[in-house]
Amino acid sequence: MMTNNNSEPKYVIETQDLEIYYGDFKAVTNVNMKIEHNKITAIIGPSGCGKSTLLRAFNRMNELYAGTSIKGNVIFNGQDIYAKEVDPVEVRYRIGMVFQKPNPFPKSIYENIAWTARIHGYKGNMDELVESSLQQAALWDEVKDKLHQSGLSLSGGQQQRLCIARAISIKPEVILMDEPASALDPIATLKIEELMQELKKNYTITIVTHNMQQAARASDYTAMMMLSGEGERSGTVIEFDETKKIFTRPSDKRTEDYVTGRFG
Amino acid sequence: MKEKAVVQGFANNLDWRNRKGVFWHVIFQASTIVGIITLITLIFNVIDSAFGYVAYEARVDPDTLTMNGIPLEEQSKEQLVELLQSTLSSGAYNKLNNEKSFEDRSREEVFQVIVERIIRPKVVRVWDLWPSLTQADEIRATVAQDFPKAELDFVSWLTRDFVTRPQTSEPLTAGVRTAILGSLWTIFFTILLAFPIGVGAAIYLEEYASDNWLNRVIQTNINNLAGVPSIVYGILGLAIFVRTLEPLTSGKLFGLVDLTTANGRTVLSAGLTLGLLVLPIIIINAQEAIRAVPRSLRNASYGVGATKWQTVWSHILPNAMPGILTGTILAISRAIGETAPLVVVGASTAISFDPSSPFSKFTTLPIQIYQWTARPQAEFQSLAAAAILVLLILLLSLNASAVLLRNRFSRRF
Ligand SMILES: Nc1ncnc2c1ncn2[C@@H]1O[C@H](COP(=O)(O)OP(=O)(O)OP(=O)(O)O)[C@@H](O)[C@H]1O
Ligand SMILES: [Mg+2]
Repeated sequence: MMTNNNSEPKYVIETQDLEIYYGDFKAVTNVNMKIEHNKITAIIGPSGCGKSTLLRAFNRMNELYAGTSIKGNVIFNGQDIYAKEVDPVEVRYRIGMVFQKPNPFPKSIYENIAWTARIHGYKGNMDELVESSLQQAALWDEVKDKLHQSGLSLSGGQQQRLCIARAISIKPEVILMDEPASALDPIATLKIEELMQELKKNYTITIVTHNMQQAARASDYTAMMMLSGEGERSGTVIEFDETKKIFTRPSDKRTEDYVTGRFG
Repeated sequence: MKEKAVVQGFANNLDWRNRKGVFWHVIFQASTIVGIITLITLIFNVIDSAFGYVAYEARVDPDTLTMNGIPLEEQSKEQLVELLQSTLSSGAYNKLNNEKSFEDRSREEVFQVIVERIIRPKVVRVWDLWPSLTQADEIRATVAQDFPKAELDFVSWLTRDFVTRPQTSEPLTAGVRTAILGSLWTIFFTILLAFPIGVGAAIYLEEYASDNWLNRVIQTNINNLAGVPSIVYGILGLAIFVRTLEPLTSGKLFGLVDLTTANGRTVLSAGLTLGLLVLPIIIINAQEAIRAVPRSLRNASYGVGATKWQTVWSHILPNAMPGILTGTILAISRAIGETAPLVVVGASTAISFDPSSPFSKFTTLPIQIYQWTARPQAEFQSLAAAAILVLLILLLSLNASAVLLRNRFSRRF
């Protein structure tokens, strides 16, 4: 069981010398990062530098990939989530995730949310929960007349918002988003960004993105990742600061090159 | 089209590539045609034997059964019953009367009994379908010459009566009801054993087992077991189910010994043996189906904090079910056609009473077919052909129902 030691620590998630391995391959090394309450933290960096890997380590999703292991700690509300007594299921319940590729369950729109709530023992009014979750995800108006159609019959952007609705229906404390807008058109992307600003009031959000404007527009903090260290094969966070600073006065030359598009 | 200018380092070889494509196209098409020809030959061969002319002689000439100058065909039901009563022994007559009293039988039914019990037609010669169609006149001439007293009829060996009559030694009245019921009982126990265990093992191996040497050994063994000859399973079944577990498979444990059971050589033993035989096949197919469930769906489920069991039950199983059922259909089709292991386990050679409990003696369709084909007389070959058709129909209808079931699963969303 995880308990809040401090009444309200400033940082929801804190990593300490985090290293992540796929078998013998060290994909991410030496990450020390603090994620603040009710803020949006963006993770940017070139492809293959370990952004998804790092994000998955925040809610132990990486354990679903064979052969992964970590060193160091991930502290959530003062509790090490990799400690023996912590159940990964509870970690994922409290730290939700939205994936790069929209992945609604092959069930109805309604059931996507209802099933999720039911497995966590939700006993309240299901119709209300479905409606409020879809409303928060800015999807309600588009689907309210076809709640019992398959979630897979929606467009890509709608599916992604359904996944967000599903994630927030169980009121997690943190939402991790892995490039949630990478497959979407600019309008749907903007919708998701607006949505994030709305969700920020109640949730802490961490988002991986390749879209510099998106990171600059939508986030409060930005972590810049890059391959470095042993033979340039492991990714690490080379700079972590307020978004404003990262995009205007970065202290690392590599960050400057990357955010201004001069990288690679 | 104007030819593309040759770029240095690239050969202009489109023609050659196309010719190569055509070559392989022809090869693949030829393979398919060989397959189709084989199938057609097989079906033609079976149908050829299952229909055709039959010449048969009455053991007792119906003309001698004329009563008061009325030929047999025109006698009333009462007269026919009287005839039976006077010809059959009183024991045989009472037995028939007990099965169904003559009062309740229609005239046709009584007439049928007279044909079976008194006239007792005997097959003297059969012809296949092809000669029957092409040389009908010659056949008629031959019969007129060689068997002047014989009747010649064009018969279909596969009739409704054939399916509903029990086994007898008389080709003209033999049926496969006993064997069909035996096959169904056997398959029922096969599915009962192999489906839940197979799917359970597949779930364990795919979702729960960690990747260590022990589980790899288990996996390798299962893969190898799928290739073990079926006769070996027969020997295994004989040792385990017929001998070791005899009290269980013979029903003694439940106080259900009737005199007809044969020391564990029962429907139950046969079904369980076939269950072991198809178990590895079901496991492997189910594993494949489970592995094909996309990672994104697992992520979605675990990502909202579902436990492993909730993920397996609500997402993995429903999505793998069509694949699992397809694999099971293949496995069951194989089990229905198995003969060798059942011979070893002790299928009965000739039984005329239907299996009525898990502890009954049994024969199955393939066993019945095997026994008939082993007889030298041509009429038994025809019976075997008709039984093969029944087996094929049984297989197809079992498959069809499984396909329906599978479609119900896949249509969900
Ligand atoms: N399941 C896995 N097994 C082994 N290696 C992996 C696995 N997933 C990722 N990797 C490796 O880890 C490194 C980081 O991958 P990751 O997916 O985290 O990159 P990323 O920064 O998210 O890239 P992108 O921006 O393209 O999504 C890569 O070298 C990749 O090859
Ligand atoms: Mg990624």
